[in-house]
Amino acid sequence: MLRSFGPATLALALALPAAAEPVTSFTLDNGLNVVVIEDHRAPVVVQMIWYRVGAADEPPGHSGIAHFLEHLMFKGTETVGPNQFSATVEAQGGDDNAFTSWDYTAYFQRIAADRLDLVMQMEADRMRNLRLTEEDVATEREVILEERAQRTDSSPGALLSEQMRAAQFMNHPYAIPIIGWRHEMEQLSREDALEYYQRFYAPNNATLVIAGDVDPEEVRALAEKHYGPIAPSDGITPRDRPQEPPQLAERRITLADERVSEPYVFRTYLAPERDPGNQKEAAALTVLAELLGGSGQTSVLPRALQFDRQVAVYSTAFYDGSSIDDATFGLVVVPAPDVSLETIEADMDRAIDDFLKTGPDPAALERIRTQVRAADIYARDSVDTLARRYGEGLSIGLTIEDIESWDEALAAVTSAPSSQPFSSPFRPRQNWTSRKSPRPGASQPGWSRITTSPSPPWKSSSAAAPRWTRQASAGPSTS
Amino acid sequence: MTALIEEGAGEMDSRAFAEARDALAAEFVFDAGGDSVGVSARFLTENRDQAITLLREALVNPRFDQDAIDRVREQVLSILRSDEKDPDKIASNTFDRLAFGDHPYGSDGNGTIETVTALTRDDIVAAHKGALARDRIYVSAAGDITAEELGPLLDRLLGDLPATGTPLPGLAEVKLPPGVTVTDFPSPQSTVLFGQTGIPREDPDFFAAFILNEAMGGGRFTARLMSEVREKRGLTYGIGSYLVSYDLADMYLGQFSASNDKVAEAIQVVRDEWARIAREGLTDQELADTKTYLTGSYPLRFDGNGPIASILVGMQMEGMPIDYAVTRNAKIEAVTMDDIKRVAARLYQPDALHFVVVGQPTGL
Repeated sequence: MLRSFGPATLALALALPAAAEPVTSFTLDNGLNVVVIEDHRAPVVVQMIWYRVGAADEPPGHSGIAHFLEHLMFKGTETVGPNQFSATVEAQGGDDNAFTSWDYTAYFQRIAADRLDLVMQMEADRMRNLRLTEEDVATEREVILEERAQRTDSSPGALLSEQMRAAQFMNHPYAIPIIGWRHEMEQLSREDALEYYQRFYAPNNATLVIAGDVDPEEVRALAEKHYGPIAPSDGITPRDRPQEPPQLAERRITLADERVSEPYVFRTYLAPERDPGNQKEAAALTVLAELLGGSGQTSVLPRALQFDRQVAVYSTAFYDGSSIDDATFGLVVVPAPDVSLETIEADMDRAIDDFLKTGPDPAALERIRTQVRAADIYARDSVDTLARRYGEGLSIGLTIEDIESWDEALAAVTSAPSSQPFSSPFRPRQNWTSRKSPRPGASQPGWSRITTSPSPPWKSSSAAAPRWTRQASAGPSTS
Repeated sequence: MTALIEEGAGEMDSRAFAEARDALAAEFVFDAGGDSVGVSARFLTENRDQAITLLREALVNPRFDQDAIDRVREQVLSILRSDEKDPDKIASNTFDRLAFGDHPYGSDGNGTIETVTALTRDDIVAAHKGALARDRIYVSAAGDITAEELGPLLDRLLGDLPATGTPLPGLAEVKLPPGVTVTDFPSPQSTVLFGQTGIPREDPDFFAAFILNEAMGGGRFTARLMSEVREKRGLTYGIGSYLVSYDLADMYLGQFSASNDKVAEAIQVVRDEWARIAREGLTDQELADTKTYLTGSYPLRFDGNGPIASILVGMQMEGMPIDYAVTRNAKIEAVTMDDIKRVAARLYQPDALHFVVVGQPTGL
């Protein structure tokens, strides 16, 4: 129930690939990583190219340039005319799009498998040969400003999320929105885009994922032919972003907006992310989010706040550890109409305290393990999902082994509740101990509340900003 | 009713049902739409019988406990209160009311705060009996199962539902007047929903109309609306149009958002494009490219068990033959330039368009 409230993608956090389908990987001489995922059920192929650069790698004062360049990448090259990239793909019966996150920028096409040569040639071409006119840039800047107006400025929930991140990250560029701050977006220029493009768009800064009805040896030959001749960039440096200092003070944000009807409490904590060779803590946090809020009927928060007592109409927890630097762990509760935000916040804290004392229901942990195993089987049904998991994982520095052992890490979570890492997000961070310590268990860095909104922040399926999301059509999918 | 099906069945209360479902790693989705109640289930081969037994309990023996009704009612009311401040929802509710008046299509399927507050357990039980009946079930399955295995499973799953359900309402008369309706809403952008009457799915001209719409508002970057409103003028982030075939009415709808100071220009561009295509139809190149796109992309839709089952059940509901998926591309190819010209003049009625604008537009 409550499809319009529920985090439809929560289950996805568990839908991870093991070596369900044959996966091959190799690296070209110029540094391009290539991953091939075979799926021969239909004569279709997906090409995805993932650049290891995103909004958190932007020069200060130029927020939004990563995403703006993503749009401009469709404007043409020396051999492909203005806006002919998508037109050519579509004229071959294919679809294409792109998306930008803090840690990566990705472009993809889905097309009949025998057209792989064509889309590879075009994608390789625009890795180096993009051509931009001042007019292209001026018009497309209007489009991204409209995008911001539609997706952020028109949505109190999105505005709150943006303010929350800016408070949560005091030093790290994850504080800056992917779409950019409006006053900086208005100033983004052709030179900004080209400078960023020439430095970061290169084979030694990219992962190519080819998934579908393909033969790995043929893919290797095509990759050599199209991407092989491209010279690497010498501007690729380690992604050492400014890190968070100790966060000593709780921060509270209140956003009031007349476009909002249901008040809610939304709290986030800084949390560790998945690291190469060390995903244990991230796996525990993923399971913790499932235990607290993964199911509307059986999880800890809904049980305590919606079933045992009727003080909330919705509650959940979320965590996504797929990032290069610190992630966040979040809690959301929408109180019942006659319950105040102060009361529901106290109730939420009590429910979590009780959980930390009594620990997870072993049966609940067992159900999650079964779901992890099933998600692995279900994932074989979607080659797109697999392609994204490998592309994202490799773009944030994980290895193929990390990606393929993630479900084992999830299944291995058995931690006693009061021990690390289950309680870690709710505790003072370790590096605080050398300073004047806050009250034990009272650490609540970065949280906020507002009154609910047309699109609550936890609904957004991912941080990535697509070039354009096709509107859901009420029309027949059968035609 | 649909939201309550999962909230307890047979011997199980809401929590016991959810635990049983999760323990099998089965996934059930229940969805009430304008024309149908959809039930989709995904489960593992290894516990297929148990999953079917559990789903049967939900479909045949839902409990509709009073505490579950009250809890879900509060959730629906919460959604409805949010919808009152959601510009997309305000736009679609306004549009539906204008188009369909008192017909059920004219109001939100979630109900209103008044009607949902007043619902009783008897109402829910009646809705269950009336909707989930054997005289109106369509089923498709895809994946690790054969027709021989599926048959007995379906008998067990659905055999104890009532034989007949509630009679369906009559055809909806589309009353949409031409014009512009503005609803004030505090936002930097206006949300726009526009449309006119559409064309029936079974009309011999449907495929020509389908091609025309794909070229006009397919949501792809090369479609006319996307090209004219976004790519050339930067007036919006995205725009699309859709032929919508309800069971009891046919509509042609489109939507976009634009800044308050740009929305008037964007609406004018849509009107101009509507008039241009009615007058000129498509170019030879557009017709050829659109056919290639539609025929080439059709196989891409069959990209998993869920999508395949969904397409196959949709075909049955539309009364299409079982070989439709094989013959569909030939129907697209068969559309001629003469068809396009004739159907464009028939379909596109620039003077009949109605635009619902939610925001604070200037110059309208």
